[in-house]
Amino acid sequence: MAQVMLKDLNKKYDEVHAVKDVNLHIRDKEFVVLVGPSGCGKSTTLRMVAGLEEITGGEIHIGDRMVNDLPPKDRDIAMVFQNYALYPHMTVYDNMAFGLKMRKFPKNEIEQRVRDAAQLLGIQELLKRKPRQLSGGQRQRVAVGRAIVRHPQVFLFDEPLSNLDAKLRVQMRVELKRLHDRLETTAIYVTHDQVEAMTLGDRVVVMKDGWIQQVGEPMELYSRPANKFVAGFIGSPAMNFVDVTINDAGGSITAETQGLRLTVPPAKAATLRAYKGQGVTLGVRPEDVHVATAADPAPYSFDTTVDVVEPLGSEILLDVRAGSATLVARVEPTVRVKVHESVRLAVNADRLHFFDVKNEHAI
Amino acid sequence: MIIERRWKKWVYFYIPMTVFVIGTLFPFYWMFITAIRPDAELYRSWRAANNAPFWTFHPTLEHVRDLLEKTSFPYWIWNTFFIAVVSTMVSLFCGLLAGYALARLKFPMAGTLGTSIFVTYLVPPTLLFIPLADIIRSFQLGDTPWALILTYPTFLIPFCTWLLLGYFKTIAKELEECARIDGATRFGAMIRIIFPIAVPGILSAGIFAFTLSWNEFIYALVFLSSPEKKTVPVGVVSELIRGDIYFWGQLMAGALLGSVPVALVYSFFVEYSVTGLTGSVKG
Repeated sequence: MAQVMLKDLNKKYDEVHAVKDVNLHIRDKEFVVLVGPSGCGKSTTLRMVAGLEEITGGEIHIGDRMVNDLPPKDRDIAMVFQNYALYPHMTVYDNMAFGLKMRKFPKNEIEQRVRDAAQLLGIQELLKRKPRQLSGGQRQRVAVGRAIVRHPQVFLFDEPLSNLDAKLRVQMRVELKRLHDRLETTAIYVTHDQVEAMTLGDRVVVMKDGWIQQVGEPMELYSRPANKFVAGFIGSPAMNFVDVTINDAGGSITAETQGLRLTVPPAKAATLRAYKGQGVTLGVRPEDVHVATAADPAPYSFDTTVDVVEPLGSEILLDVRAGSATLVARVEPTVRVKVHESVRLAVNADRLHFFDVKNEHAI
Repeated sequence: MIIERRWKKWVYFYIPMTVFVIGTLFPFYWMFITAIRPDAELYRSWRAANNAPFWTFHPTLEHVRDLLEKTSFPYWIWNTFFIAVVSTMVSLFCGLLAGYALARLKFPMAGTLGTSIFVTYLVPPTLLFIPLADIIRSFQLGDTPWALILTYPTFLIPFCTWLLLGYFKTIAKELEECARIDGATRFGAMIRIIFPIAVPGILSAGIFAFTLSWNEFIYALVFLSSPEKKTVPVGVVSELIRGDIYFWGQLMAGALLGSVPVALVYSFFVEYSVTGLTGSVKG
């Protein structure tokens, strides 16, 4: 159990600056997820914590030790890899016992710990098998088991679920979460899947191009994204973005583009007044757009033409056009519309997001 | 198409295969039949009425007995074996470490170095023996097994390094990263994780190195001169062809016995060597 501190962490390869000034304080027992598109530096950051990559600049502290120059074996961490990295020439038991043997634990304790971990993960029957005789899900469990027998200070997960099929992934995700609640060990988890990030993380760190974009609890990232990238990355289907111009229409501030005119809600009107006459990016999530009813106020509704209808069972996704803008709306499964029909949609006014066009920060 | 025409299978598969198998095995058959054929049949005129060049009705072990009793053949076998084993072990050891370093460690010019090591393998021994002969003479190693034990690695090490380099690259690097996190040093991870997984590759490198040194001719011919110090390939050719007289029976018996150990080694490890060359380890 330990906290992990990253201070001004940097990693440069020959020409690539992979990780830039990363500062992050991971609290004891916290489950933190690093998420971002490929090449964003999340895996490199994790590998630097593990000691598998050298640090170009900055400091890493695990517990109260600075570990910059410690080899991986002395950092008291355990890591689960994407391809599981099970030792193919050893049985499951030996795979799990390897770390303890290397640390010269007494034989009966090794046995005890391996049995306990195997029981926790439901893999007691597999202990005598070789990795090649296991299915993907079983290998995953063994890899996790190998990490937990050591009782390390920190767990590191490098996209551990991405080699599993969709159904198994959901199942293992739940198990990992349960396991973390039970073991109460600090964990750093890297993934490119925002759903995994949101569901697993106590806090989520969104990265892009080596920079941290935002750190926060999942719902905080969802409802108050710091910039356009985070807004677009978190949530599925992704947030709609429309380039609009801010106008002052006799007291109320409006956001307009050809064929679409929305009144800016009073809470944001004050700050957006400064952008009068300028362009900003309007962001609205598909789930915040619905088919307009009589109860919806006129300033927040608009006419659209349906381009594509995607029924998903529990909901329907509508790709619509409003003038020059295209939007995706996530509507009730009871809605009956056809392609090329026009439909009046409304937005939840308090869920509108605005972003600066130049620096893409949230306004 | 599931049902192939039968003649196609014959034309494209069975007939070429038969020709190939016969072409490959016939020299061995010829070697065998000559080794057990009595002299009277061996040196009979080709046009003699009772000539039967492809088989014999009077098999004899006379040539083998002569080979073992009247020549230094037992010495040659032992010399060849000793030299092949020692130089293979030396080369495997160096090749393992060099191959691992080139495959895994990050240092400038690693790729270029790997290629240039392989290029040295391509320098023909017929050129290299001239400078090497000078070195052997300076160290006064001529006519000792050490002359060959030191020179064989000049082509065996590049060969082993190259083969093992390729094999190590097929082993997921996460395996040793995981071992290093689990508590092993880099060296420990190499010994406990990578080498055991690389056993097929190591075996095939060893087999090929052993065969190459067993069959090597030029260096052995140049560096060894006393009859009892020679290796099988050189001894058979230089001691059993006197002037223009070919002792065919003994020659072939020597070639046959000389190829037995290699054949044994091959058949024993054949499965390993195939997987070693095709690579790939899956967890």
